[in-house]
Amino acid sequence: MEPTNNMERGPALQASLGRRRKGEITERVAHGLFLAAALVSVATTVGIVLTLFVQSVGFFSEVSPWEFLTGTEWSPILKDENGARHYGVLPLVAGTMLVAVIAAALAIPTGVGIAIFLSEYAPDRVRKVLKPAIEVLAGIPTVVYGYFALTFVTPILRSIFPELIFFNALSAGLVMGLMIVPMISSLSEDAMVAVPRSLRQAAYALGATRFEVALRVVFPAALSGIVASFILAISRAIGETMLVTIAAGATPRMTLNPFESIQTMTAFIVQVSLGEAPRGSLEYNTLFAVGLLLFFMTLVMNVIGSITVRRFRESY
Amino acid sequence: MAFADRDRRFRPKLPRRKRWGTAVYAMLVLSILVGIVGLVTLIAQVVVEGAGWLSFGFITNFPSRFPERAGVWAALWGTVWIMGITFLFAVPVGVGAAVYLEEYAPKNRLTRLIELNIANLAGVPSIVYGLLGLAVFISLLGLGRTLLTGGMTMGLLVMPIVIISSREAIRAVPSTYREAAYGLGATRFQVVIGVVLPQAVPGIMTGTILAMSRAIGEAAPMIAIAALTFVTFAPTGPMDRFTVLPIQIYSWVQDPREGFSGLAAAGIIVLLVVLLSMNAIAILIRNKTQTRSEE
Repeated sequence: MEPTNNMERGPALQASLGRRRKGEITERVAHGLFLAAALVSVATTVGIVLTLFVQSVGFFSEVSPWEFLTGTEWSPILKDENGARHYGVLPLVAGTMLVAVIAAALAIPTGVGIAIFLSEYAPDRVRKVLKPAIEVLAGIPTVVYGYFALTFVTPILRSIFPELIFFNALSAGLVMGLMIVPMISSLSEDAMVAVPRSLRQAAYALGATRFEVALRVVFPAALSGIVASFILAISRAIGETMLVTIAAGATPRMTLNPFESIQTMTAFIVQVSLGEAPRGSLEYNTLFAVGLLLFFMTLVMNVIGSITVRRFRESY
Repeated sequence: MAFADRDRRFRPKLPRRKRWGTAVYAMLVLSILVGIVGLVTLIAQVVVEGAGWLSFGFITNFPSRFPERAGVWAALWGTVWIMGITFLFAVPVGVGAAVYLEEYAPKNRLTRLIELNIANLAGVPSIVYGLLGLAVFISLLGLGRTLLTGGMTMGLLVMPIVIISSREAIRAVPSTYREAAYGLGATRFQVVIGVVLPQAVPGIMTGTILAMSRAIGEAAPMIAIAALTFVTFAPTGPMDRFTVLPIQIYSWVQDPREGFSGLAAAGIIVLLVVLLSMNAIAILIRNKTQTRSEE
């Protein structure tokens, strides 16, 4: 009986083993494909860094990095009255920072205020309506903010300050502030909600009032998360493009005067792109040199920001 | 001594502290108002300026020198094409990466590198992706300033969003489901395809819609790869040149001639309506799946 059984089992076992071998191949192929998908993101980063570096080499072979980083005059496309072009990037950096600082000056108090209100004061029903309403601001495309700055905020500002130039850093900065408010408010709120309830209860038990609990207990305990939200929001403001292209002007200028027309790094990239600079020309390479600087500025800020967030998460 | 002790005694000063509390509360309400008033004014401005320009012809016309004959047809089709290519590129790769990180990845340096890398990519300015597309897809691969280039550039841009939200959706699948499937003898791939992904689909769809609504409003990277600003044809294939809605809006905003600012506002209304309906779908999906899991 035994042998016949074996003979009957034979082909079935064979088939099963065959299926298993086929299954193993499927497994390996699937594993490989999923890994490849994950590596696309690494390739993207490598691509960005390589692209920016390689193309910048062409630029820096003609312009010294020192002149680029410390020069205070930027006129890579138009020649000045002496027929010279200047490649000092500082005016673009100054313009970028000016807009970012104005944005932060509006967005930091507003965003933190909203976060404290939502996390410490608002009853659940109010919070459920207000939180998504504020977050809608984050979903609005930046061209729309540009339109808003140019057609609504600038005319109002000009009726208050008649000397204000039509394209100016102030209007772009204020609208940019509105744009980054939800970033600060939701990240800060997350940080405050994560503060243990026991800290609040202890403070209340000692007789603290509500605002004392919010400002003297919860706010300091969540401070690193809140600061991280500032850094990430400012990094976002530095990389923002369309809003400043539309509303802040195209005049690279070393100035801290918000009433003036300026140009940011991103707006410069757009200006050259719209002109379709011939590949390999110095103008074309300028794009990548400015892009490289922009990439590093935002990278450094993002890394600092995410390290700060992680620190604060570990402490509870 | 006794006198000094009494001096140091705790004095509640409650009325003063209550006044401070009221002042702080007023400041907080003010900050909420800044946000809400900003949002409402923005939308009101767009609707007031743009509503008069909206018409059937505005949707079906090509751009024109005459504002009353101009429309968004070319931009609308460009956007549809870009969305399609972005979706086909970003979703399979992004979900694949999420599956790898959640279900396959060992805890080693490569995995940490990939995770760190995705977090950083999410913060790279969108214009930098445009430069990447310009150098890699156009100069290196010679794909031209086409829809394909635009869609792939946009795909890379939104991929971190797809990966991060898909990972969350996959992580939310209870591990008991996986264990049950493994217990029945399923292989890892069978568990992923048969158990984990079907459970994670609603979450992945929500994340995908978020990613798409980010892509739909992006103009900067498309300008960097030199999408056109004045297009009088609807694209018919992935190798056509194109414009998209935000770029069309940008070119109208820039146009100082009479009427074009209104056209820009009307274009914004179209863009916001598309965006809102996408987000509404995402919320619907979320609500539907939430009630189901409570049953």
